[in-house]
Amino acid sequence: MSGYTLQALYADDDHLMKAVRETRDQDHHISEVYTPFPVHGLDKAAGLKETRMAITAFLYGLVGFGVAVWMMNFMMIEDWPRNIGGKPSFTFFQNMPAFVPIMFELTVFFAAHLMVITFYMRSKIWPFKQAENPDPRTTDDHFVMEVETDKENIQDVAEFLHSTGAKEVDLKR
Amino acid sequence: MSHYEAPVRKPLVTGDKVYKDVTEDIVRPIEGRANKTWWIVFSIALVAFLWGLGCIIYTVSTGIGTWGLNNTIEWAWDITNFVWWVGIGHAGTLISAVLLLFRQRWRMAINRSAEAMTIFAVVQAGLFPIIHMGRPWLAYWVLPIPNQFGSLWVNFNSPLLWDVFAISTYLSVSLVFWYTGLLPDFAMIRDRAKKPFQKHIYSILSFGWSGKMKDWQRFEEVSLVLAGLATPLVLSVHTIVSFDFATSVVPGWHSTIFPPYFVAGAIFSGFAMVQTLLIIMRKVSNLENYITVNHIELMNKVILVTGGIVGVAYITEFFIAWYTGSPYENYTYLSFGAATGPYWWAFWALILCNMLVPLTLWVKKYRRNIIWTFIVSIIINIGMWFERFDIIVLDLSKGRTPSSWAMFSPTFVDVGIFVGTLGFFFVLFLLYARSFPVIAQAEVKSILKLSGDKYKKMREEYGDDVQMYNLPEQRPLPDFKGMVEELEQKNEEVRDEKGELIESLLLKIGDASNDNADDLKRLSGVGPALEKKLNQIGVYKYQQISKMSDKEFTILNRLIDAFPKSKSRFWSGEANILNQI
Repeated sequence: MSGYTLQALYADDDHLMKAVRETRDQDHHISEVYTPFPVHGLDKAAGLKETRMAITAFLYGLVGFGVAVWMMNFMMIEDWPRNIGGKPSFTFFQNMPAFVPIMFELTVFFAAHLMVITFYMRSKIWPFKQAENPDPRTTDDHFVMEVETDKENIQDVAEFLHSTGAKEVDLKR
Repeated sequence: MSHYEAPVRKPLVTGDKVYKDVTEDIVRPIEGRANKTWWIVFSIALVAFLWGLGCIIYTVSTGIGTWGLNNTIEWAWDITNFVWWVGIGHAGTLISAVLLLFRQRWRMAINRSAEAMTIFAVVQAGLFPIIHMGRPWLAYWVLPIPNQFGSLWVNFNSPLLWDVFAISTYLSVSLVFWYTGLLPDFAMIRDRAKKPFQKHIYSILSFGWSGKMKDWQRFEEVSLVLAGLATPLVLSVHTIVSFDFATSVVPGWHSTIFPPYFVAGAIFSGFAMVQTLLIIMRKVSNLENYITVNHIELMNKVILVTGGIVGVAYITEFFIAWYTGSPYENYTYLSFGAATGPYWWAFWALILCNMLVPLTLWVKKYRRNIIWTFIVSIIINIGMWFERFDIIVLDLSKGRTPSSWAMFSPTFVDVGIFVGTLGFFFVLFLLYARSFPVIAQAEVKSILKLSGDKYKKMREEYGDDVQMYNLPEQRPLPDFKGMVEELEQKNEEVRDEKGELIESLLLKIGDASNDNADDLKRLSGVGPALEKKLNQIGVYKYQQISKMSDKEFTILNRLIDAFPKSKSRFWSGEANILNQI
C-alpha cells in the first residue's frame, strides 16, 4: 500500500472552507470531508458533482403514476366494472376524474419513498450500519478534511495542512 | 461574506450561542433525568390513554351501539375527532415543507417538534376510521386486494377510499421526512453518549450517519424534493377529507368551498396546537433562546392569515345559506336557524373561538404575549373541534324530513375514546420530548452565523466581512515519515509471518492452481467471500481440503478473519466425499 490519508481537524466552517479552497488550489486530492451540519458551498468547493436524487424522484413519480393508472383501470374498468351511483365506468376516460386523487397520492408515495430508499442505499446508511466518522467531535462542532498523499510527500502535505491552521493533523489508519 | 442577513431582521438564536452551545442545549433534556412534573403529566396522560383503550375494547367487543349515534345522526364524535386530529396534523408538514420552499429560516427551531406532533396526531386520526369499521380485524379490506381475500375490488369512486390513500401516504411520507432529518441529530447524540446502552440505541437509530460531504449534498437535495412533494400532498390530504362531506347531498355538506376552507382550517388548528405544545416545551426544556418570542409572533401571524380565511369562509357559508332562500339551508351549521336553534351553543362556540378571540392577535402587544398566545391557542383548538362537530352533528340533526330531526348526546364511550386519544397523543409527545433532539440542531447550526445574535452583533460592530472565528491553538505535527515507515515495517513482518504459514500449509496439502478449481462453496459454512480468501491463500481443490487436519485449520484461522472454525471440522470429510463424486 503506497497511499496514505491525512486527516486535518478544524473547529469552524468558515475556516474549513478556506482550507478546502487552499488545498484544492495546491492540487492536493480531498477524499472526504466530515461535517456536523451541511456547510453551504462545500460540495462545489471540494469539486463534487451534482447529485441526481431529484432526477430519481421524478422517474419514481412516473412509475407511481403508471402503477396508479394501471391499477385503477384494471380493477374498475377491465376486471369487474360496476355501476356505482350511476358514475360512468365503461371506459377509463369517462371514469378518470374520480381517479385523479389516487393517481396523485400514488405518484407522491412512490417518488418520496423510493427516492429516500435510493438515498439510503447510495449513501450506505441503514440500521446497524457502523458510523465511519473519524472523530466523535465531527458530529458536534468540529470538521475533518481527509487528504490523500503518498509516502514521499506525506511530511510536506502535513506541513501544508498545518499551515492552513488545522487544529490537529493525523494519519488515518 | 458568505453569512449575511439584513441587520433589520431579528436574530433567530439569542443568548450568544456558538456551535457547542447548540449541541449542549439540545441534548440536555435527553441526557438529564426527568423531573417530577414530567412524571405527573406523563402519568395523567397514560391513565387517560388506558381509559380510552378500555373504551375502544368495549366498543369493538360490544359494537358501535355503545356510542350515542342514532338513526338521524349516524356520524358524530368519531368523525369529528378524526377530522380534528387530521387537521392538527397539518401544521408540521406545512412548517417543514412549505416554509422550506419559501426559505423561511425561522422554521428550523420548530419544524422537528411540529413534525413529531403531525405524526402523533395522524396516528390518533387513523384510529377513528378503523374503530368505526366495527370489525377492525377486517381493516385490510380497504386495500386494493384481489376479491378472494375480502370483498370486491375497492371502490375508487369513493372519497372514503381516497382518504385511505391520502392519509397513509401522508403519514408515511411525513414519517420518512422527519426521520431522515433526525439522522444527523441522532448521530450527534450517539457520538456523545457515555453509557454503552444509550450509545448502542442511538447508533442503531442514526443508521451509521457519518456526515460525509456527499451524504450532506444528497441530504439537502432529498429534503428539498421531499418538501416539494409534501407541499401539494398536505394540501391534498385535507382537500380529500373535505370531499367526504362535499361529495354528498346533505345540506351544509354539499359545498364547493370546503376544500380550500378545510385546508386553511387545518393549518389554523395545527398552528394553534404547535403553539400550545411549544410554549410549554420551550419553558420546560429551557429552549427560550431558540424558540423566541419572534417565533411565537410569526406563528401567530400564520394563525391570523389562516383564521382570516376561515372567517371569510364562515361568512360566505352563512350568506349563501340565506341567499339561496332554500328552507333546508336554514338548518345548516352556519345559518340563522343554527344560531337560534337547539344547538345555539355549538354555533356560538364556533364563532367565538374561531372568529372573535383570534382577532386579538391583530394587536402586536397580544401577539407577543406568551401567556395570551397560549390561552388563544387552547381556545382555537376547542373552536376547531366545534367546527367539525357543527358540520357533522348540526347538519345531520335537521335533515330534509322534519319527522326524523334529532339531537345527539354522547355516551361515556364517545367521551372516553376522545380523551384516550388525547392521552395517547401526550404520551407519545412526552416520550419524544425526552428521547429525541427536539430541535433540528444541524439546521440551526447551519444558520447560526447568519442569524445568531452573537454573529449579528459581530457584523454590526466590525462590518460584514469580519472573520467570524478565532484560529485554534495548533497541536504540533508528529513525524509522519517516521510513523509511515514504522507502519510499513510492521506490515512487512505480518506479511512475512503469513507467508511462512501459507508455505507450511501448502507443503502439507499440496499446490493447486485456478484452472479446474473445485466449487468450495459446497463445503459447510463457505460462501463466495470465504472461497475467495481460500483461493488467495492457494486452496482451490477438494483434494487439498481432504488432507487438512486440526493443525491446518488452526493456521487458516490465523490467516482468515472470521474463519468458521466450528464448521471446518466437517470439511475434510465433506471434501473426501465431494472428491469422489
